[in-house]
Parts: sequence; structure tokens; C-alpha cells
Amino acid sequence: MDYFDRFAVPHPSPAIYASMVAIGLTMIAVVAGITYFKKWGYLWREWLTTVDHKRIGIMYILAALLMLFRGGVDALMMRAQTAIPDNGLLDGQHYNEVFTTHGVVMILFMAMPFIIGLMNIVTPLQIGARDVAFPRLNAVSFWLFFMGAMLFNISFVVGGSPDAGWTSYFPLASNDFSESVGSNYYAIAIQIAGIGTLLTGINFIVTILKMRAPGMNLMKMPMFTWSILITNFIIVFAFPVLTVALALMTMDRLFGTQFFTMANGGSDMLWANLFWVWGHPEVYIVILPAFGIYSEIISTFARRNLYGYNSMVISMVAISTLSFIVWAHHFYTMGHGAMVNGIFSITTMAIAVPTGVKIFNWLFTLWKGKIVFTVPMLYSLAFIPIFTLGGVTGVMLAMASADYQYHNTMFLVAHFHYVLIPGTVFAVLAGFTYWWPKMFGFMLSEKIGKWSFWFITIGFNVTFFPMFITGLDGQARRMYTYSESTGYGPLNMLSFVGAIGLAIGFALIVYNIYWSTRYASRNISNDPWDARSLEWATHTPIPEYNFAIVPTVDSTEAFWDAKKKALNYLAVK
Amino acid sequence: MKIKWALLTILFTIATVLTGCDNPLMVLDPKGPVAATQADVIMISIWTMAFVVLVVMVLYIFMIMKYRASKQRDDYEPPHIEGSKVLEIIWVAIPILIVAFLSVVTVKTTNEVEATPKGYGDQEPLIIYASSSNWKWHFSYPEEDIETVNYLFLPTNRPIEFKLYSFGPISSFWIPQLGGQKYAMSDMVNTLHLAADVPGEYMGRNSNFSGSGFAQQTFNVNVLSPEDYDKWVDEIKATAKPITEEKFNELLKPGHVGQSTYTGTHLEFSPAPEGENAGHDHGSSDTEENDSKDSHEEHSEHSNMNHDH
Repeated sequence: MDYFDRFAVPHPSPAIYASMVAIGLTMIAVVAGITYFKKWGYLWREWLTTVDHKRIGIMYILAALLMLFRGGVDALMMRAQTAIPDNGLLDGQHYNEVFTTHGVVMILFMAMPFIIGLMNIVTPLQIGARDVAFPRLNAVSFWLFFMGAMLFNISFVVGGSPDAGWTSYFPLASNDFSESVGSNYYAIAIQIAGIGTLLTGINFIVTILKMRAPGMNLMKMPMFTWSILITNFIIVFAFPVLTVALALMTMDRLFGTQFFTMANGGSDMLWANLFWVWGHPEVYIVILPAFGIYSEIISTFARRNLYGYNSMVISMVAISTLSFIVWAHHFYTMGHGAMVNGIFSITTMAIAVPTGVKIFNWLFTLWKGKIVFTVPMLYSLAFIPIFTLGGVTGVMLAMASADYQYHNTMFLVAHFHYVLIPGTVFAVLAGFTYWWPKMFGFMLSEKIGKWSFWFITIGFNVTFFPMFITGLDGQARRMYTYSESTGYGPLNMLSFVGAIGLAIGFALIVYNIYWSTRYASRNISNDPWDARSLEWATHTPIPEYNFAIVPTVDSTEAFWDAKKKALNYLAVK
Repeated sequence: MKIKWALLTILFTIATVLTGCDNPLMVLDPKGPVAATQADVIMISIWTMAFVVLVVMVLYIFMIMKYRASKQRDDYEPPHIEGSKVLEIIWVAIPILIVAFLSVVTVKTTNEVEATPKGYGDQEPLIIYASSSNWKWHFSYPEEDIETVNYLFLPTNRPIEFKLYSFGPISSFWIPQLGGQKYAMSDMVNTLHLAADVPGEYMGRNSNFSGSGFAQQTFNVNVLSPEDYDKWVDEIKATAKPITEEKFNELLKPGHVGQSTYTGTHLEFSPAPEGENAGHDHGSSDTEENDSKDSHEEHSEHSNMNHDH
């Protein structure tokens, strides 16, 4: 292939050309708009060069919402293509690019930045700090992530998207079987974003360990901060593996090395192992902060302290440790024998124990409480039963002998969406709604928020529950089509209908932001939810320095105790 | 309320699907001992997990019904409760017992499905080499000295050992009604133990994504009584043409080729990557270096052919 041929779109279609034109027009419109309103100086000074953790957090969330749209459109295309048997909406190559992009974008460029955005905004406030430990490094992290994400996103109009799945297994992702530049985008874009994430990990570990308010020892930290500390430890231990794996992949694809190829001693199994040694901890990187968010919200709206604080911390530490010794359950079928599979089955099922502890602690936080059903609380309450279904199907998948039948099927797809969506997506939507007034000084409409909550929750179950059934009926994942005789048609159509419900739910969230920005009351207190931790103790909007006087802390719920016992948490001891 | 209705609907759907359908789900409709073991494990785990879900749901519905603000006095102040050692011990101990139970089931059955099925040990297993190339399956029967493409004939009541490997991307060999899947990879041979009890036609496929033709990489499985199977083998030997290296290389080119049958097997001129032919160190020693070099060259030749489009 000639050098420049590799940048041609491998399957030119009207949709791709339309996207090119749309991207061009949007960019011209944005540049023209900023120039017309004379906002270049404002944008440059206040946002592009900012090192303020709150603004960096908001930019992370904006980017995550954009990527949610991108990944969501991909998801809709997949569900539309498979809604009826032998559908011709997308061809095989196009479908492969779409599901690969969907996976990478949703995990790395939606879930991660959404979590990191909330972590940026909330963590320093919760520990009573004035910023993160290394504010400039924090900006570097954000821009590395953002550039990685953008590089990945232009691939579909310049050279074609990666098409080897988000797991990018070799030898499929090698030059032998994936000739276009798509998989090069994968290797390089994720590498850039991944280094940003690694720097974030270091930054927040130092911030939490060194910059807590006086009196806040580790066992007095709010649960969200605890979850962030543990998450960042996982990041620092797991991401270097991805960095190395992607570097080897880049060398294989660009410089002719043979780490993962079929010939000359290369090993495809090495890639699978390296990928999942990072990949499994990665799913805990996006789920533990979610657990932290739920702990804050459930306790706030049950109007009670979090039940079993110590066991919540211990269970998170246990989960993070176990997360590093379960990776081989992603490929029981690779043939490593009954002994290895047995051990990995047991370590995997063991994760159910600390996770169960957390579920029961949340349930008992409701006990003797006074539950208020706000939008953040609705997401948190819906999370418990749906995530339980995701968790128990995880235990089923952990059983190696049975996994030989679930592996690579829609059952697996249903399972991980049942953990990732109620786990991570509901959590970031809940956290986003919960901390919105602190970020912007007004509240999102509860009424529109509840409509979108019901669309998303019901739509989610209608989309993904049928996949458990088609999976058990032998439908493999990642098939761009199937014949009518398989009988998968009706349930796939049901999934598509559910996906439309989900799309309406997300559209309502966008409408809610628009509506509330225009019409919501600006006259709110610093503590509109009657919450419990220090981020609510400072002014809204938050001054750049966060706290004029650094608070003093002597319980896990410093702000609540101050309100209830009329303690002066600003007193200098 | 809506949550309750949603859950009821879900439970109702599960119940209908698992019990009363016309077409039972493939994985839960086993036609051989391995798939039967796996279906049993799946049902054991579903019932155990149903118990867990039930406990969580009862607690959950109790909590959100009883402790909602609308049912409390306005001046009610929820108490501060640290936690309870007794309760914590209960909800650590019971899950550990459940996990221990499921671990025993898993280890026992994993060993079972990774060996010749019980009750079939007295027979010599039928060995079939199943190799994948983009996007088809080649089945070599060394014992019968025949080769088929994209379809399998199997005798009932005889243990079968599939030797799996690939001429291209990682593929996964799967016949849901006979048993779970295993990977076919380019640099080593995996062994999958299966057996069939009931004559019939079953679906087999590659379930591991391997590029643009992956969705159609399926094969038909015909299970016959031993007598019919022998008849089929004799018929093939009488009618089919021998497979040649040239013909085989033709078949390896990426694409879909339909079904075909040959006498002889490709293993004669293109041995499987096992023993001294393995892609990485699984037993080749220095003295055999020349042999393994040959097979490497052969391998890279094949991979070249595969992307020659």
C-alpha cells in the first residue's frame, strides 16, 4: 500500500462524507462565533490556560458529554443495524469500526474523563484544599487526554477508524490483518491520553495524602475522597502496563518488530495478557469512584450518616487488590487448563464478597433514614437492584466451566453493560446533577431530570436484558448481521426500541441543561441539598482559592456536624 | 412503584424464557455430556444467584417503602448509626459460603469438561484437527484420512478430541449444543473435549471476532449414529478428490468458500503448530532447530497469503 493510500477511508459512504462536511462546518461556525462575540481573550485566559482544578474539571465533563454523544450515536447505529435480520444499513467493515470506536470512546474518553472531571472538582473541596498538589501538571493531564481523544475521533474521516475491537487483539490488529491506519490511531491516541491519566493518578495521590485540612486523618475522609485515593493507586499501578503494551503495539505496526505477530516467535497471547492486566483494574478505576459518589448521595438524601464507614473502606481496598489478580478470566478459553482457570474463578468470585458488603451497607444507610427522592437519589436507588443483577451475572461468568458457553456472546455484553451503566453512567449522571449547583450556582430542573431518569432506566433494561437471552441462545457478540432462521430478530428489535428510549433520556438531559441555564432560579444557598461534606461549606460560586480560611475537621461529616452541633469548623485550632 | 413493575416484568420474562418456550435456548438444550454439565452449572448458578437477588430485593423494597420522607414525621431526625459487627459478620460470612459452594462446583466441573467425558473413557477418542482461516473452518480427520471444509460429521457415543489452531486471527471454536468454546490460535494447538449423544444437525461457529467476514464464519455439525458415520466416511473416500497443497492454499485465501470435502488431510504438508512445530517454545529443542525453522517459514507464508488481498 502506498503511504497516502493508508489515509483513505476504507469504506467510503455518504454518511462518512456527510460527517466530514458537518465537522468542517461546525469548526468554521465555532471559530466564527467566538470571533463575532469577541471571546478569544476570555477563552484563552479563563479556560484554555487555566490551572484551576474546578475549571479543568468542568472541561473534562464537557469533553465527556461530547464523547457520550459520539459513543451513543455509535451505539444507536449498532442497535439499528442488528434490529432486523440481514440488515444492510452498515457493511461488516463499517460495523466493526463502529463497535470498536464505541468501546474505546465510552470507556476511555467518556467514563474516564467524566470520573476524572468530578474528581477534579470535588476532591480538593472535600479535603479542604485550595487546589491539587500540582495544578500545572493537572492542566497537562487534561490537555493530553483531550488531544488523545480528538486524535482518536478524527480517525473515522482521515484513514478510517480502528476496526479490531476495543480489545485490539493480535494478530487481528497487526499489519497482516488490519492494513489501514486505524489501529495506529488506537495505539497512539490511547497512549497520549493514557499518559495524561497516569499523571492524574500521581497528582491526586499526592493531593489527598499531603493536602488534607487539619484534623482530617485518613479515617475521617469523606467516602468519595477515599474512593478517589484508591482509584488513583490503581491508576498508578495499572496504566504503566498499558503504556508498555501500546508502545510494543506501535513498534509492531510502525517499525516491524514482532512482539505480537504470528511469525518469528511473536505471541498473540502476550497482548491479551498485557491488555487485561491493565483492562481489569481499569473497570475498577471507573467503578470505585462511582461507589464513592453513591455513598455521598445515599447518605445525603437518606439524611443519615453512611452505615459501616470502616467496612466501606476495607471493602474498597479489598476490591482494588483483587482487581489485579483476576485478569485471566477474560480468556478462560485460551486453553490454560483446569488448574489456572479454577484459581482465577475463585479470585474472581471472591470480589463478590466485598462488593456485597457495600450493597448491604448502602441498604442499611437507608434504614431509619428519611429518604428524599431527588434526581441524584433516584439514580443511586435504581443503581442498587440493577447493579445487583450485573454483579450476580458476573459471578455466573466467573465460573470457568460455564464461561466456555457465555464467552464472546451477548450474555457477556449484557453483563458488562449491567455493571457499567448503572455503576458508572448512573453515578456520573447522579454526581453531575448533585454537584451542578456547586459548579454553576443554580440547580438543574428536577422535573425534567426525573423524566430523563425514567427514560434512561427503563430504556436501559429494555435494551440490555434481552441480550442475556439471545446470548444463551448462541448469539455471538460483534456480529454485524445474522440470518432470520436464528430467531434472534424479535429480541434484537426490542433492544433497538430500548436504545431509542435511552437516546430520548440523554436528549432530555441536554434539554434540561438548556432549560435550567435559561430559567432556573439563581437564588440558591451554598448548601441547597442539605449535604454533609466540606464542599458545601464554601461559597457558591466557589472562589478561586476555595476556602478563605482552611477548615478544621474532627469527624467524617465535618460540615454536617458543624451545622447540627453548631460547631465552628472554621475555628483555627 | 415503576421500579417494582419493571422488576416484575423482568422476572416474568426470565420465567417465561427459561421454562415454557417452544424453542429452548441453545445453551440450555444440550445434546452431549459436556454441554449437559455446563447447562447444569448454569442452572445451579442461576438459582443460587436468584436467592441472592431475592434477599437484596426484599431488603431494598422494605427500606425504600418504610423510610421514605413522606411516611415520616416532619421533625423526625434520623439517628447516627456507626454500623453493626454482628450484621457485618453475617453479610461477609454468608457470601463467603456461597462463593465457596460455587467454587467447589466450578473446580469440579472445569476439570470434568477439560477431560474425556465420564462414561466415555473406555473408547479411543476420535481426533479431529479443526483449524480456522479467514473466514472458514478446515476439519482434518487423520484417522479416517479425510478433510472437510465448513461442515462436520460426528458419530454419537464416542469421545471426540478437537485439536484447535488458526491460520489467522484468534478464532473460537464453538458448538453450543455440544459444549463450550475454546480458542484456535496460530502458535499452539488447544484441545477441546466433546461428545454427542443425540443425532441431529447443530450450529457451530467462530465466536471470536476476526475481521469483516466474521459474522458468516459458521459451520454445520451433523451428528450420526456410528453405523451411519462409517457409511459417510466410506462414501467420502469413494467419491472425494484428494487435497493438494495447491488446492489448500487456494482455500486459505480470505473469503467464504462454502462446503467441500477431500481425501487426505492438509496436515501432511502443513503440520499443526504442536510439538516441534509450535510457534513458541513448547518442546522444540536446539537439535530440531531446522525443523522448527521450516515450519516458521511455512507459517509466515500462510500469513502472507492471508493478507494478500
